[in-house]
Amino acid sequence: MAKTILEVKDLKINFKTYAGLVHAVRGVNFDLKEGETLAIVGESGSGKSVTSNALMKLIPQPPGIYASGQILFNGRDLVPLSDKEMSKVRGNDIAMIFQDPMTSLNPTMKVGRQITEVILQHKKVSKADAKKRAIELLTQVGIPFPEKRYNQYPHEFSGGMRQRVVIAIALAADPKLLIADEPTTALDVTIQAQILELMKEIQKNSKTSIIFITHDLGVVANVADRVAVMYAGQIVEYGTVDDIFYNPKHPYTWGLLGSMPDLDNDADELLRTIPGSPPDLIHPPRGDAFAARNEYAMAIDYEQEPPMFQVSDTHFAKTWLLHPDAPKIPLPAAVAKRIEGYLAKGAQAND
Amino acid sequence: MINYILKRLMYILIALFVIVTVTFFLMRLAPGSPFASERNFPPQIEEKLNETYGLNNPWYIQYKDYLIDTASFNFGESMKYKARSTNDMISESFPVSLTLGIEAMLLAIGFGVLAGVIAALYHNKFPDYLATTIAVLGISVPSFILAGLMQYFFAYKLGLFPVSGWKGFNYSILPALAIAFSHAGFIAKLTRSSMLEQNHSEYVKMARAKGLGKWTIVFRHTLRNALLPVITYLGPLTAGVVTGSFIIENIFAIPGLGKHFVQSITNRDYTVIMGTTVFYSIILLFAILIVDILYTFIDPRIKLKGAKK
Repeated sequence: MAKTILEVKDLKINFKTYAGLVHAVRGVNFDLKEGETLAIVGESGSGKSVTSNALMKLIPQPPGIYASGQILFNGRDLVPLSDKEMSKVRGNDIAMIFQDPMTSLNPTMKVGRQITEVILQHKKVSKADAKKRAIELLTQVGIPFPEKRYNQYPHEFSGGMRQRVVIAIALAADPKLLIADEPTTALDVTIQAQILELMKEIQKNSKTSIIFITHDLGVVANVADRVAVMYAGQIVEYGTVDDIFYNPKHPYTWGLLGSMPDLDNDADELLRTIPGSPPDLIHPPRGDAFAARNEYAMAIDYEQEPPMFQVSDTHFAKTWLLHPDAPKIPLPAAVAKRIEGYLAKGAQAND
Repeated sequence: MINYILKRLMYILIALFVIVTVTFFLMRLAPGSPFASERNFPPQIEEKLNETYGLNNPWYIQYKDYLIDTASFNFGESMKYKARSTNDMISESFPVSLTLGIEAMLLAIGFGVLAGVIAALYHNKFPDYLATTIAVLGISVPSFILAGLMQYFFAYKLGLFPVSGWKGFNYSILPALAIAFSHAGFIAKLTRSSMLEQNHSEYVKMARAKGLGKWTIVFRHTLRNALLPVITYLGPLTAGVVTGSFIIENIFAIPGLGKHFVQSITNRDYTVIMGTTVFYSIILLFAILIVDILYTFIDPRIKLKGAKK
């Protein structure tokens, strides 16, 4: 059994705004094993980015408030740490890959220096060794002519190449945990695939744990070991990739799977959507936050928040539908069809 | 780079030509003459004077003469002060204004950038309010009030500095501070807003995620990007400050260039007006050119047109 590297317990993050207190993250629990990839999925505003920034304590305070909870990294709680103590963790133990490579590099600093900066900050090495390591990293992330590229500025790189640099920076101090906040969202599809391949390869070689934030379920299926589905600042379903893709239990997960475009769809079949919009997190609704958009909502969904029901050893979902007294809802046809498709493809791949 | 600079020098010449022409005609349009303020002036003498200085010639001859004088940087004798050439007047007083101006600029940039950075770093906290208040005070309090107050408290009451005159470094401190204060206010406001803009950008968040300290991020990452708009403002400002301030130089009795700008106009001292105007224009145009060249050193994305690497 691999060792647990990160444990998040009942994390709540609020933001003070003029309109009121925004409950952006409302009690999130998850853990992460060494060398494992956890994907956090959800639509915009579901709190997945806030959660990932919160892990590195990158939430500006104010307006952000750590209302409750613990972030146990190798058993040490990060929440009470000062900014100074945190700076020893950032970049060194936990590193982050940002969403937009066009803006996440300093435009007026040479790429090489942006990499060595991290190494020199956290490791006791000479400048020459740091440079050697930086060129190694550039080679590792697949940048051709690394010696030449080392002395160039970010504007001399393409988007995909810049994201490789960002990854090289994240890897510079050999972090134990890598948080990738939608690392492929700003890139086009072919580059996306290359970056995902690169990240998988890195993980294979270095046994780094990865938290992968995305709203793209295609990406999730590709990279993740486990998946957490977030909605309105809470994790609503949590399980292995197989659990989530082949045996989804939460109606929101059904909605997400159903709204994924697929090449096998009939040409005249409309792209499915989840009706409505996410709830206002200044005044979170009573009961289940998803109830208003849930076509299977029951009376209790408007009254009481559902607990996490355990489906199997690895699979949990937060919906009243799993209560023994709840009516048995069959999987929606579109989702069932989708799953059949996956199984067929999986069988093909196994042949 | 050299191509670019040559091209810019050509533009500077064109700009100077336009400035000289416009100044010439504006001078002619203004009523009065250099000798209007002399008392008991027999018309024969005025006639004689006008002839000596070529003021009786038709305007196009005068214009031609001015252009030739300007091109050879020989602006001729002052029409007001006998036997004083314009060039001498400038070369005597400019070093004084230049020394004072550089001192004032160093103070203004130093304090301005520092206050701006602190204000941005402690955004909406006490240091921010303090720095912003001082900056607004600096911008809104006129320099002559500040100069008077400083003379009263630091020179007269406390005796720390001489009240006025120009006999050494000690004499330059109060006037330099008086000039610097309002400029420092502007620079602080500009730096603050520019820093705040940069602080919201992703690369600063990335720098935090790298585990760098607060001040390391400012000096290594943010400041260089934030200074671009400040540098833009500094070019023309420096040109203005090093050519002297009429008010401050008057209050502190400093023999600088500032007073010539104003006095030459009230005196209708045509040659001196032309000399100071051309001199100021040259400094301003070169200051702008230097700023444009500085850009490329600060921001590698900016390439000068016509520059070859």
